[in-house]
Amino acid sequence: MVFQYPMITVQACLDGILLGVLFALIAYGMALQWGVMNIINIAQGDLVILGGYIAYFMYLYGIHPAWGVIVSPIIMYFVGVGIYKLVINKVVDRDLFISILATFGISILFMQLMNFAFGADVVLANSGYGTTFLFDSNVVLPNSKIFSAVVSIVFAIGLVIYMKKSKLGRAIRATAQNSRAAKILGVDTEKVYAATFGINAALCGVAGALISITFTIHPYMGLPYTIRSFMIVIVAGLGNLPGVALSGMGLGVFEEFADYILGTEFRIGAVFLLLVFILVYRRFKLSKKREYLK
Amino acid sequence: MNKNFILYALILTFGIAAPFIFPAFKVQLSILCVLIILAITWNIQGGEMGYNSFGNILFYGLGMYLCASVQVGMFFPLAEWTESGGEKTFVHTPSQFFQGMAAGLVVAAIIPTIVAGLIGYAILGLRGHYFAICTLGLGVAAGEISGGIEIIGAGQGFTTPPFPNVGGLEARGEFFYLLSFVALVLTFIVVRGVYSTRFRLILNAIRDNEDKAEAMGIQTMKYKIIGWMISAFFCGLAGGIMGGLVGYIDSTDVAFDGREMGVFMVLMAILGGKGTLWGPVIGATVFHIFKEGFWTFFLGWQYVALGVLIVVIVIYFPEGIMGWLREKYPERFGEVVDEADRKAQVELK
Repeated sequence: MVFQYPMITVQACLDGILLGVLFALIAYGMALQWGVMNIINIAQGDLVILGGYIAYFMYLYGIHPAWGVIVSPIIMYFVGVGIYKLVINKVVDRDLFISILATFGISILFMQLMNFAFGADVVLANSGYGTTFLFDSNVVLPNSKIFSAVVSIVFAIGLVIYMKKSKLGRAIRATAQNSRAAKILGVDTEKVYAATFGINAALCGVAGALISITFTIHPYMGLPYTIRSFMIVIVAGLGNLPGVALSGMGLGVFEEFADYILGTEFRIGAVFLLLVFILVYRRFKLSKKREYLK
Repeated sequence: MNKNFILYALILTFGIAAPFIFPAFKVQLSILCVLIILAITWNIQGGEMGYNSFGNILFYGLGMYLCASVQVGMFFPLAEWTESGGEKTFVHTPSQFFQGMAAGLVVAAIIPTIVAGLIGYAILGLRGHYFAICTLGLGVAAGEISGGIEIIGAGQGFTTPPFPNVGGLEARGEFFYLLSFVALVLTFIVVRGVYSTRFRLILNAIRDNEDKAEAMGIQTMKYKIIGWMISAFFCGLAGGIMGGLVGYIDSTDVAFDGREMGVFMVLMAILGGKGTLWGPVIGATVFHIFKEGFWTFFLGWQYVALGVLIVVIVIYFPEGIMGWLREKYPERFGEVVDEADRKAQVELK
């Protein structure tokens, strides 16, 4: 197919890359909280969807949904801090499985609350950005996708600079390296954890707003986003930003091709199977050295 | 031993008498039996072995589809059955129904066991949270993929053969209760037998420190796979029974229902107490009673309640009911308590 229909290939690749940038943004938040607090947040995808609904409601009330990119992270930051104060701070230094199960509970809770509040319909916020045609209209790119990729890159770069330069960023990085030492040297780790989770939720908010413009959102669509970001993080490793970006794009391209070749009904299934394959592949590679994934 | 024997006899008598004492709750009691089986099977690798799986729903759903497919496929063309959907063009005679069910349950138990054995080597090499996420992925992928397969009904679902017209609804309830109760007793006896051997110690050694267990010369991988296969066997069996009981199979809402059953089994085992024989039984019973009460009186809010329940149990009650009892009455669990030591501890507090 790749050579028979070159235009479809180009289309799938471009779509995949633009989509992958978005995934990378969500995965960045995942890597951040995983690295700093050592928790895996299953509710990540549901935070994304919640962020998307914020943008969607702005659209319903006549505000252009692109403003959601600014508003949604601000609201989501406080949602994130709230979740941290209520639940996450009790699981931070416990077994990872406890955090997985607890956030799974949050995920179910969010799913159902969103279902009550916003209804079970698939919705999207129409940005009215139009489309770009390339190669004699053989390749169609909605401008909203380009917009979302650009915004994601801007936010990611902004966050990287913030983490490098600001005081809080330094504190977060210090806590990630060694939380005990950071505590001794006067870092309020409790505050750092709350801020980290808040920043993660804010990133999810940005991504959600972009997804509501570019694709569609639905209360039950969260889990695939969690799995995607988990996958990107384990492929790239914690704290490897170019790796996160690259594997995000790779995942996006893989999905688009799976969509074309296998059909849309198998798309999510293919993503989950890819996760299993990646984990098993890495396990066999490491077991040659008698090691295992840590 | 004698005391235990009386206890088991009492429970068995109660189990047999239950559908006659509570005739209105036959279906609920059958579901309870299935839930207990699921909790026990999850506990084998989740509690004893320390491999927290979110993906045992894979075997449950597989068993469900296999049992129904065999039951239909033995006598009628499967594709036409699923295509006709709700409007039945084929009717099972009573003997066909029971023969099909028996054969279906055997297949439903054996194939998942084989599947567990085949994927076990690859999947069980992962540890901790990687194993948890990987199995979560497996379960969801199975649901998504089975939802796209035409011959087992794809998106529109699969209606299992209706109960033959002998004795009506009462007989149906009694039949399924008996079936699930027998399966439960079988599961309990087998698991209890397995736990009384060295096998349980090996599983516990793997849970406590796998590297050390390996260094002691235990072939951990072999035992992990066997543990998972035992789990899969009864999980598939439970799935087959549940399929017949519900009467309708949907890929993501009934069979590979990671959001409900997949979490329930973890939750029940944790609520009762991981790594104990009776914990899952108690946990499943308490959970089912709580759930049914909540489901009936707060219809629509059940998932909200479920989410809150998960968070509360996991954070405040990770040791479960058995763990709590153990802390309160350590003598009953065969632990020697030094009274002076205990008093000293209390004073320190």
